Amino acid sequence: MSEPFLIGDSMTGGYGKGPDILHDCTIAVNSGEIAVIVGPNGAGKSTGMKAVFGMLNVRSGAVRLAGEDITHLSPQERVVKGMGFVPQTSNIFTSMTVEENLEMGAFIRTDDFSDTMEQVYHLFPILKDKRYQAAGELSGGQRQQVAVGRALMTKPKVLMLDEPTAGVSPIVMDELFDRIIEVARTGLPILMVEQNAKQALEIADKGYVLVQGANAYTGTGQELLADPEVRKSFLGG
Amino acid sequence: MDFLNAFVALSNFVLIPGIAYGSQLALGALGVTLIYGILRFSNFAHGDTMAFGTMVTILFTWLFQSWGISAGPLPTALLALPIGIVFTMALVVVTDRAVFKFYREQKAKPVVFVMVSLGVMFMMNGLVRFIIGPGDQRFGDGERFIIKARAFKNMTGLDEGLAIKTSQGITVITAIIVVALLFWFLNKTRTGKSMRAYSDNEDLALLSGINPERVVIITWLIVAALATIAGTLYGLDKSFKPFTYFQLLLPIFAAAIVGGLGSPLGAIAGGFVIAMSEVMITYAWKKVGGYILPESLAPDGLAQLLSTDYKFAVSFAILVIVLLFKPTGIFKGKAV
Amino acid sequence: MSDTLKHTLLFVGVGLLLVLEGTTTAFGVFSGSWNSSLTILNMGLISAIMALGVNLQWGFAGLFNVGIMGFTALGGLAVVLTSMSPTPGAWEAGGQQILLALVLGAATIGLAILAYQKMTAGLARTAAMLAILIVGFVIYRAVLDPGVEAVEGINAALEGNIGGLGLPVLMAWPLGGLLAAGVAWLIGKTALGLRSDYLAIATLGIAEIIIAVLKNEDWLSRGVKNVVGLPRPLPYEVDLQADPAFVEKAASWGLDATTASTIYVKLGYSALFAIVLLVLLWMAQMALKSPWGRMMRAIRDNEVAANAMGKHVTRRHLQIFILGSAICGVAGAMMTTLDSQLTPGTYNPLRFTFLIWVMVIVGGSGNNFGAVLGGLLVWFLWIKVEPLGVLVIEMITSGMAEDSGLRAHLLESAAHMRLFTMGLILLLVLRFSPRGLIPEK
Repeated sequence: MSEPFLIGDSMTGGYGKGPDILHDCTIAVNSGEIAVIVGPNGAGKSTGMKAVFGMLNVRSGAVRLAGEDITHLSPQERVVKGMGFVPQTSNIFTSMTVEENLEMGAFIRTDDFSDTMEQVYHLFPILKDKRYQAAGELSGGQRQQVAVGRALMTKPKVLMLDEPTAGVSPIVMDELFDRIIEVARTGLPILMVEQNAKQALEIADKGYVLVQGANAYTGTGQELLADPEVRKSFLGG
Repeated sequence: MDFLNAFVALSNFVLIPGIAYGSQLALGALGVTLIYGILRFSNFAHGDTMAFGTMVTILFTWLFQSWGISAGPLPTALLALPIGIVFTMALVVVTDRAVFKFYREQKAKPVVFVMVSLGVMFMMNGLVRFIIGPGDQRFGDGERFIIKARAFKNMTGLDEGLAIKTSQGITVITAIIVVALLFWFLNKTRTGKSMRAYSDNEDLALLSGINPERVVIITWLIVAALATIAGTLYGLDKSFKPFTYFQLLLPIFAAAIVGGLGSPLGAIAGGFVIAMSEVMITYAWKKVGGYILPESLAPDGLAQLLSTDYKFAVSFAILVIVLLFKPTGIFKGKAV
Repeated sequence: MSDTLKHTLLFVGVGLLLVLEGTTTAFGVFSGSWNSSLTILNMGLISAIMALGVNLQWGFAGLFNVGIMGFTALGGLAVVLTSMSPTPGAWEAGGQQILLALVLGAATIGLAILAYQKMTAGLARTAAMLAILIVGFVIYRAVLDPGVEAVEGINAALEGNIGGLGLPVLMAWPLGGLLAAGVAWLIGKTALGLRSDYLAIATLGIAEIIIAVLKNEDWLSRGVKNVVGLPRPLPYEVDLQADPAFVEKAASWGLDATTASTIYVKLGYSALFAIVLLVLLWMAQMALKSPWGRMMRAIRDNEVAANAMGKHVTRRHLQIFILGSAICGVAGAMMTTLDSQLTPGTYNPLRFTFLIWVMVIVGGSGNNFGAVLGGLLVWFLWIKVEPLGVLVIEMITSGMAEDSGLRAHLLESAAHMRLFTMGLILLLVLRFSPRGLIPEK
């Protein structure tokens, strides 16, 4: 099996000088696939993703992007390398318009980014209608679209979403998942953390179930959904 | 006719001085609010930054005057103003590198920053007094008036004269130009937008590749320019005295908070609210009242709500009312 | 070296500076006069008390009060109102009327608050409040103005104010504290519970207003005409010099009567101030160690957690804010007593507010002994930086021509080095030793 596009390989570490939260945890995403991290509360799902993005002190293990070791790069440098990250909260500039949010997403680009903006508007048509509105005035689901759109503006090679459906209604959640699948169809690999394990695994090519900062189960989304152990413990039967 | 006279008297003593003072406060409050928005602390050294910039402007004004350079009918200080701005920019950038940067890296609490700004305030205050002395300085020259009271009376045939000082005219025009430039910069340029983004959401700005140190330095440069302009305009309109500039902190902070700390639009609105209230509450309304009220109702006293010595009380009262009822200010600021 | 030893040595060091000031003129800085030394000590003791009050607020609770000047001035006002004898006829002429006006003013505000609380929000409430305030203000001014005029008309050259209660001057010290506490309550009610910067700005404002009131309300404090000749808790120098027993005693010490009398009086003040300082220090230490003090520090260190544990953070903050301000009021009353005059024109925030902050930070915030040390040490520096500055400038400019304009300007400006130096000290301590000379345990 060839090396995945982005892999956090056997990561052990924690915040700053604090205790280890991750224990020999491996998370990876292949080109053109959706990988999902699920698990119970406090299992270290978000922490795992933050470790891949360089917001954690990884004491052993490595993070590689397209074969290149990026373990020691700062999050900002990883953005330049082609990683797009959408944090779970405060992921938009609330006082700025939708269009300005997208412009700020493209801040590191020096070339003309108007086509990328058109692509984002094509993916999220509602944003085009609201382009001159302050992002803080939008609904929860629309804000998440702004957040994802902002991350797409750097033309990332991989997109990381930290609980994109947290706090939105079930209908909006379904719509958001549809959008995410659409983004994935453009060929962009997506790594995402999800609370709603069942829906997430349904769209996932690869799933990671974390427990206490370690890999508990790993497989394709369908495999995990079919696995009786996983069903019993995490999917409510 | 009486109504016109009353209006002219009102303009002469309340509206025009109020607008000029309001513009000066607005420029000062913009500086405070920008520092608050980007660096997230209340900068107590702002009044003394204004004093420093004005002092440099005054020194170069004197130099130019001694060389015989003048700006014709306009005050020479306008020629010296850019030099004052450059010096102030140098001062605040050096201060930031030498003092504030350390605490930024430590991620110190806002109150520590405020305390540090107190130390900076002390030093700047000492520096200004050391160089120019604690006394009163007048440095306005050129034409004193745009419209003289007598000329106005002759022209209109009214009993009341209207006088507009050159300094008042310059204040308003400069303030409009500066504010327009600032808003263009913040809303239309990439750097300006990155400043707003940083002020809005620091972490996300970092993720977007915005360089925080660059934002901070640009903020200081803008603040230095705003402070020097505000200080020079105030000095031209009234006079320059280091202690007065320190005392301006209160109305300036009041303006920034009333408008909503961190909101540039709020700072401008706040500046005018504070200035107008100050002028209106400390103005003796006898004259205006004498024109518009019937004889029997005309006030026999000065009809002054508070003596001018209490002008700080006005800023303060408004500040307290806003803190009590709407701590985020008129335009929703960042702080609660 | 143990901490206790180090801290004791620091205090000994300050004592040594004072002794040097009293005995030697060496180094061009000391004046070799015990009078000067005791003058510095007395203000140093008062400063130490102010620093203690501020440390209570900042060190215990993290409250940032920049209105110390105002509370100090209120203490000063209390001395006038307590110890001056009543101006004859003032009470009948207008004093009662002024009091009535003040009551009416307070009633107006009370009524407005009542309207705010009882009525439902909306246009009607705003209108009612505005009406109450406007009508109340007009009535207040109508009652107040003639009263003020009448009082200020009485023997305007010497009095023109209502005078005081004619009580012993020492009574003014606790009353000064009470007055300051009352104002602190008002401010605290408004600004506590909001962001920390807001308290700073609110206190900065109230201090300016208190000074403005003292400067302009001549009927109360004679304004910039100053109240002089306040009664003293100690005998007057001239009386001592006229007392044969005292002169004899002084002679036996080898002192002339004039020097002896001034030193005697100053020592008397030192003793009084030291007693107050020690009592307050003891109380502050007890408070620090009590459960109340521990809770305060817990709140300071983690407000969110303390709140979650059911502590009324804002109410606790209000308590300590009032206490600290009251201590500043006591110190202010002591200072006015020492000067035997109230001079509203001399209150300056740089000297009365920010200098105290330098004392607290340099001494060690959160440690009462640190605050006391800071008060004594920084006050000594504040006095001595000026001659030191002149000395340094003289040295720098010694190569310049006698009549050089620059040299004259530099020498003339040397006095302003004070503020610069204090700022520098504050920044250096904050940067390199943020916990101060005697850190919190």
